[in-house]
Amino acid sequence: MQTFLGAVINGLALGMAYALIAVGYSMVFGVLRLINFSHGAVYAFGAYMVFFFVSLKLGLLASILLSVVISGLLAMLVDKVALEPLRKKKSIPIATLITTIGVSFIIQNVLSIEYVFGSERRAFPSTNLFANLSIGNITIQSSQIIMLIVAVLLLGVLTFLVQGTKVGLAMRAIEQNRKAAHLAGINVDLVISFTFFIGGACAAIAGALIGGYYGVINPGMGSTIGLKAFAAAVVGGIGVLHGAVVGGLVVGVVECVAAQYLGSNVRDPMAFVILILILILKPNGLFGKKGITKV
Amino acid sequence: MLKIEGLHVSYGPIHALKGIDLEVNEGEIVTLIGSNGAGKSTTLNAITGLAKVQSGDISFNGRHIANISPYRIVRLGISHSPEGREVFPALTVHENLRLGAYSRSDKRSVAAAYERVYALFPRLKERTGQTAGTLSGGEQQMLAIGRALMSEPKLLLLDEPSMGLAPNLVAMIFELIQSINQQGTTILLIEQNANMALSIAHRAYVLETGTIAIAGAAAELARDPRVKSAYLGG
Ligand SMILES: Nc1ncnc2c1ncn2[C@@H]1O[C@H](COP(=O)(O)OP(=O)(O)O)[C@@H](O)[C@H]1O
Ligand SMILES: [Mg+2]
Repeated sequence: MQTFLGAVINGLALGMAYALIAVGYSMVFGVLRLINFSHGAVYAFGAYMVFFFVSLKLGLLASILLSVVISGLLAMLVDKVALEPLRKKKSIPIATLITTIGVSFIIQNVLSIEYVFGSERRAFPSTNLFANLSIGNITIQSSQIIMLIVAVLLLGVLTFLVQGTKVGLAMRAIEQNRKAAHLAGINVDLVISFTFFIGGACAAIAGALIGGYYGVINPGMGSTIGLKAFAAAVVGGIGVLHGAVVGGLVVGVVECVAAQYLGSNVRDPMAFVILILILILKPNGLFGKKGITKV
Repeated sequence: MLKIEGLHVSYGPIHALKGIDLEVNEGEIVTLIGSNGAGKSTTLNAITGLAKVQSGDISFNGRHIANISPYRIVRLGISHSPEGREVFPALTVHENLRLGAYSRSDKRSVAAAYERVYALFPRLKERTGQTAGTLSGGEQQMLAIGRALMSEPKLLLLDEPSMGLAPNLVAMIFELIQSINQQGTTILLIEQNANMALSIAHRAYVLETGTIAIAGAAAELARDPRVKSAYLGG
């Protein structure tokens, strides 16, 4: 029972971090009906930026803040340089999709260049900033507690942003009717840029939280987690913010419990096992809206 | 107020507008009539930046506005209620209207705009918390017009506001258009219902496959035998 509970707690913390990545997929999908496969690489980039600024002795918090801004800008730049031109030319969706996959490779490989960060794993500053919490036999690391709290707060802020602010209303409007959004006087390009920025910023925070929990990072760290977070977003119902959160939690908990009892080899595939099962039962995901999934 | 000269628009190989001249003066209701596919909607889309202007000039109060982003056009004082009631279906009536005032941040003037729109369309006020997708066709049309009014435009572009409505609603929409105009908003109205449009408009243009075929005072056009036979059912 205690090992089970321990695995669940591990899963909840990790799942909230997945949720932070998943919302990036979900929000971009919302405004553009596009799966942005470069998102996982931006997550890795965010972790590396934290690593870089810490190595300059800037302190962890300042490093994270800088990384958040730079990663947000990178995500925005990816859209402006690679995706927006395709959108303006009304190119086929598949062209944009493969472009995001290409961008993901480019970012990942630039990070791997010997003169940049190199392809080796690097030690990442631990986010075990205070004593571990012990309840009975269960030990919860402070990095997990931080992960959980930061992610919950951020997702709360995001929910408010989307549901309670003018720019959030604009995002929802673009999602439903781009033409009408233009005519209502919304600067649609700006709102799309903003959406990418928020997605990139959240990914960078997730990068810092997960990097600080495992204590190591590598340039390819975004590919598996990126796909898992994407699966989480689809499990919850892509385009739905709280869906991404629940999807992240489900994936996190199930994979930690599975790893506990069946060995760590089953950890990574679990997200996709869940994905397949959920989609058979609910084709639009747990909270998905009907008709939103046509890409 | 609005002046269009030699406007050309193409969609790939389709040459939709072939050099159009059109003018709207302050305070007028001008109607643009013509059969399906003549290029009426394209004309409005070119004004608001939704369709690319290939050549020619569009100016608004002396300012060149061809190929400017739609959101900037709204800020200049032009509002466009598009064909087919393009509402935001999952948002409430209130949110739809708020979006119409997106370009404004002054709370007072937004509140005043709500009041004006709700006074014009009491039906919308009753349904303020309802999602737009659940409204009837007529109510969605009112919402589309109301949303366009939320930015307090100087010039309102209406694309077939009577399309698909029951006759009593059509009459009501036309009355509303007249009262919006009397409250000081200049209107460029596209209609298939040429009879009604000519009866409330000051001036009119007839568009035929991308060119202006006839132009003049609305009352004159209503008597013109060419217009009568082609658009007024004999
Ligand atoms: N987005 C578009 N892509 C390609 N052709 C279009 C598009 N919109 C309109 N057209 C074509 O341009 C012409 C004018 O259309 P439109 O302006 O919608 O006419 P109207 O509003 O008078 O019915 C038509 O031949 C139509 O098929
Ligand atoms: Mg039309």
